[in-house]
Amino acid sequence: MFLQQLFNGLTTGSAYALIALGYTMIYGILGLINFAQGEIYMCGAFVAVLLLATGKVNFFIAFAAGMGAAALLGLILERVAFRPLRGAHPLVPLISAIGASIFLQSLALLVFGPSDRPFPIQFTFSTVTLGGVAISTLQGAIFAAALGLMALLVLFVRFTRYGKAIVACALDRDTARLMGINVDRMVALTFIIGSALSGAAGIMMAIYYNATYPRMGLLPGLKAFSAAILGGVGNIPGAILGGLVLGVAESLGAAYIASGYKDAVAFVILILVLLLRPQGILKGRGH
Amino acid sequence: MEGGSEERGSRGTGVSPVIPPPTPSSRPPMLTLKSVQAGYGPLTVLKGISLHVRPGEVVTLIGGNGAGKSTTLRTICGLLPVRRGVLEFDGQELNRLSPERIVSLGLVLVPEGRRVFSSLSVTANLELGSYHRTDKAQVRRDLEDLRERFPLLRERAAQPAGTLSGGEQQMLAICRALMAKPRLLMLDEPSMGLAPRIVRQVYGILSDLKARGTTLLLIEQNARAALKLADRGYVMETGRIILDGAAAELRDDPEVQRAYLGKGYREVWE
Repeated sequence: MFLQQLFNGLTTGSAYALIALGYTMIYGILGLINFAQGEIYMCGAFVAVLLLATGKVNFFIAFAAGMGAAALLGLILERVAFRPLRGAHPLVPLISAIGASIFLQSLALLVFGPSDRPFPIQFTFSTVTLGGVAISTLQGAIFAAALGLMALLVLFVRFTRYGKAIVACALDRDTARLMGINVDRMVALTFIIGSALSGAAGIMMAIYYNATYPRMGLLPGLKAFSAAILGGVGNIPGAILGGLVLGVAESLGAAYIASGYKDAVAFVILILVLLLRPQGILKGRGH
Repeated sequence: MEGGSEERGSRGTGVSPVIPPPTPSSRPPMLTLKSVQAGYGPLTVLKGISLHVRPGEVVTLIGGNGAGKSTTLRTICGLLPVRRGVLEFDGQELNRLSPERIVSLGLVLVPEGRRVFSSLSVTANLELGSYHRTDKAQVRRDLEDLRERFPLLRERAAQPAGTLSGGEQQMLAICRALMAKPRLLMLDEPSMGLAPRIVRQVYGILSDLKARGTTLLLIEQNARAALKLADRGYVMETGRIILDGAAAELRDDPEVQRAYLGKGYREVWE
């Protein structure tokens, strides 16, 4: 059972990690927590589900469109909710982010209605037994896809010109400008990337739980926030680690304590981290 | 990388051999500040600064703490807006340009306190220095050239810049700025926080740059080192320029000696 729960935890944890990357990258470059990250996750899921429901769109195109829509939403949020508040007291963009989150949830409720939507296409997934552990190929596929996206992100940040420029802006904005780096453009790029990853997580979880609904981003958003703090906010490998650790802890907590406490586990971890090691597992704006 | 030297050599030849090739002091200024005012919030730090730098010159701006030296450089770079006055580079007004635009014109700053990107590798720091450039092949050649001149850049290529010593970081910061292909290189307190032996090394790099014809605008509290290297100097006090002249003259000026070179104090308590 332990290995079984471990794998379940890694599956949901990989979604937390993808959302946590959005939190941590945006925090890294702007020093603010975008609490609308969960709604970006929801937006990705809705766009993919609605496109697939038409029956005319290939799964991979719908997946890419969901990520694209999430990226676009992130870009709009940056322009509308954060850029005008640059230089204001740090609480102001935080309130703006919470406002954006409530607005987007209500808008989705109004437009799509409160009911759960099942994922429009059925995948034929089998269960593989590995050393006594039953693993569905769906879980395997989600985990592998999430790891693939994270690997792409890490490669992008470490080895491309724009990736290094984003890190430079996070480390020292004025000096980055002196190199000729356009900070506004890098902030926008960070929102695009972070939001696309959250959108991908939303689609994966819409398949995993077979449910898409306006408030679906609320809990994963808060849990991923905890994961980002756990890993060390601003730190990219930290967000990945934090997401996976949190997913596993939650899954083991549900199995060994009581499944009713599943959601509490993440927040107990958040409180413990803030009390005992507020800088998180990996500190600093690492990449 | 330092285009000044060939340009200087090629001038004045051909047409009239009688006229000597222009020396730096006779060429039109590349950077000009005319009564520039700037500051932070309600505070006006620069109360009307006028200065100029000619191609090939090494100019220093000396003065005590809080005189406005760093503010002058931050204003030239576009990090602080010009409130009044005119800032010109090659006859083009810079007043409203962003720092990104200004660096692409060839005005490059080595900031105070080095400010290397600490968690990025030495090579990544150098690459970011050339961020604004589009001549990729030349960028690679410049990188190779710098690695020949400073073997440390190759030896420590993959090491995070934050793990270098203070002097090595200063050298990296200067090389990062050279990767931007400066036409005018500005340095803010390059000797700050460094041991005297390391300061001599850093000034060795600067005099090498001077010999290659690089135009330098150097800000220093270490007036002695700066005036030794520079052709001309300006002395700043509380947001104004109070004195200017050839570096040698300033070195001999009793007021400068007393205030900035620590000479002529009577040890009254003896």
